[in-house]
Amino acid sequence: MRHLSTALAALYAGLIYLFIFLPVVVLVLFSFQDGSLPVPPLNGLTLRWYEAIFADGKLMAALGNSLLVAVISSAVACVLGFLAAYAFARYTLPASGLLRGLIVAPMTVSTLIIGLGLLSMLNISGLRLSLVTVGIGHVVINLPLCFAIIYASMGGHQVNIERAARDLGAKDWQVMLLVTAPMLLPSILAAFFLSVTFSWDEFIVAFLLSRFDVTLPVEIWSMLRSGLDPKTNAIGSIVFLISVAFLVVMEFTVFRKTGKSS
Amino acid sequence: MTADLSIRNATKVFGAFRALDDVSLDIAAGEFIVLLGPSGCGKTTLLSILGGFIEPTSGMISIGGRDMTHVSPAKRPTTTMFQDYALFPHMCLRDNVGFGLRMRGMGKAERFEKAFSYLDLVGLKASSAKKPHELSGGQRQRVALARALAVDPDVLLLDEPLGALDLKLRRQMQDELKAIQKRVGTTFVHVTHDQEEAMAIADRIVVMNKGRIEDVGTPASIYMRPRSLFSAGFMGEANFLPARVLGASGGEVEVETALGRVVLPASAFTSGHPVAGRAVTLCIRPEHFRSANADAPTVSLGRGRITGSAFFGTHHRCHVSADGTTLTAHLPQTDSPEVGAELDLRLKADSIVVLEDGAGV
Repeated sequence: MRHLSTALAALYAGLIYLFIFLPVVVLVLFSFQDGSLPVPPLNGLTLRWYEAIFADGKLMAALGNSLLVAVISSAVACVLGFLAAYAFARYTLPASGLLRGLIVAPMTVSTLIIGLGLLSMLNISGLRLSLVTVGIGHVVINLPLCFAIIYASMGGHQVNIERAARDLGAKDWQVMLLVTAPMLLPSILAAFFLSVTFSWDEFIVAFLLSRFDVTLPVEIWSMLRSGLDPKTNAIGSIVFLISVAFLVVMEFTVFRKTGKSS
Repeated sequence: MTADLSIRNATKVFGAFRALDDVSLDIAAGEFIVLLGPSGCGKTTLLSILGGFIEPTSGMISIGGRDMTHVSPAKRPTTTMFQDYALFPHMCLRDNVGFGLRMRGMGKAERFEKAFSYLDLVGLKASSAKKPHELSGGQRQRVALARALAVDPDVLLLDEPLGALDLKLRRQMQDELKAIQKRVGTTFVHVTHDQEEAMAIADRIVVMNKGRIEDVGTPASIYMRPRSLFSAGFMGEANFLPARVLGASGGEVEVETALGRVVLPASAFTSGHPVAGRAVTLCIRPEHFRSANADAPTVSLGRGRITGSAFFGTHHRCHVSADGTTLTAHLPQTDSPEVGAELDLRLKADSIVVLEDGAGV
């Protein structure tokens, strides 16, 4: 009886993982398809689709754009999120609860709505669509997340440490830069890497707010319009690989660090 | 460096609560002052006002003759040593101690040298590259002291710095604190609720209760000549015996107690003058019931019967019942008091302190 339930639990867990990862496995597998269609049967293995995407200037430019937008927009979102969290955690603000709710509210709004709203606002302001506007869109999407992560890690026990710094002559910006931010570094890094992975494969806002220079998801989408091709599987595999790389880096820098200091 | 400190009519009100009620105090340069009292007595509020972390509702603070009432903590010649040490967890000890100097724009080489010398002062020079989490509680405490002293404050404020240490380490750190204070000469204002700690380190003790100062003086004068009932009860053990003044003449006062009439010197009245008919309280330390054979003038409270006894190492602590009144007496360790034995309740006349009911300073 005991053995049976253990076996059933293992089977259940296996099926769940299969359900989650089978599409990715299929995608990666058929990126090596020796043939022009990424569908069964598998004719043989080849690396020529990878060769093709690395030779594709537009695709590589899009990949570079994506990394640039992801890193810069995440850094901006982290700085803004940190400043907001500091204000809410350290000062008594009027209607603090309401304002805090408003900051995280965009998390519940669909990115399509945010994208459309930004698009009409940019039209009014006359700012031309570019990677900068995509970056602005990603800051809007990721700021609530960064704020929530950093705010959650700001506790009362750091207040006395900041007081001590102030007592020893530190100005407000020095307290934030030299004491508060380093103390919160694990959560700031967690916010940064999560934000990078979200920005990295965000499509709707990037699609709506870009024109000539596009990010990788938008470029892949335009490739898909001309039909299925193992090349799309290959670039999809690369996107997946880089996402995994971010997560691994986060695991090692952030979670190891918090584990040690606590 | 060092400076004197003056508090004039400081009051702090939080909503309907008077945390500090019209407190005035003068502290001399280089003095080791201990603010002593139970939690909620206003001692920490007073320390925070001295450090500039909270502003008094009214009143004035001056340090070294300069008005500091509305000056920010960073611009005051004070540093605070916090109860939880508040060390910077991401910096090594050298950078922790050098932080204040860095904020003052001191160059790296000079700063490190000074940080090392202060770490040396507290015996932690060899650990300068360690992070705070690698240290024990006592060591963290020393780093906090070095960090606060490194910027050469005129006044060091210590907020129950020994509260988190175990008893043995606390006694050892008290001696170290006192020795370091004498060496650097800085004015120390130290907050604690532990009366033994206060007596161990203070030049002068300020006893506080309910936002007011009850008593100020050297440990000996606070203990031997308390000027309020609260002060007498908070500093060690005391027997309180209600009494009524019968009359005063020629430096002697006769009072009536439940244990009979006694004649005391007028100097026993530490808080006011004897007035015939007034209700007062006699304050008697338990260890003073040892003077049966003394040469000095004695006072007798009759005889009592020992109802309980326990050995405390330095003394026997006995409960004594006399005419329905229960007293506590500390008898010499060489005695062997037995339950049921009679005890002559005789003590030196000048060891009794008479306090007016409800008396403050």
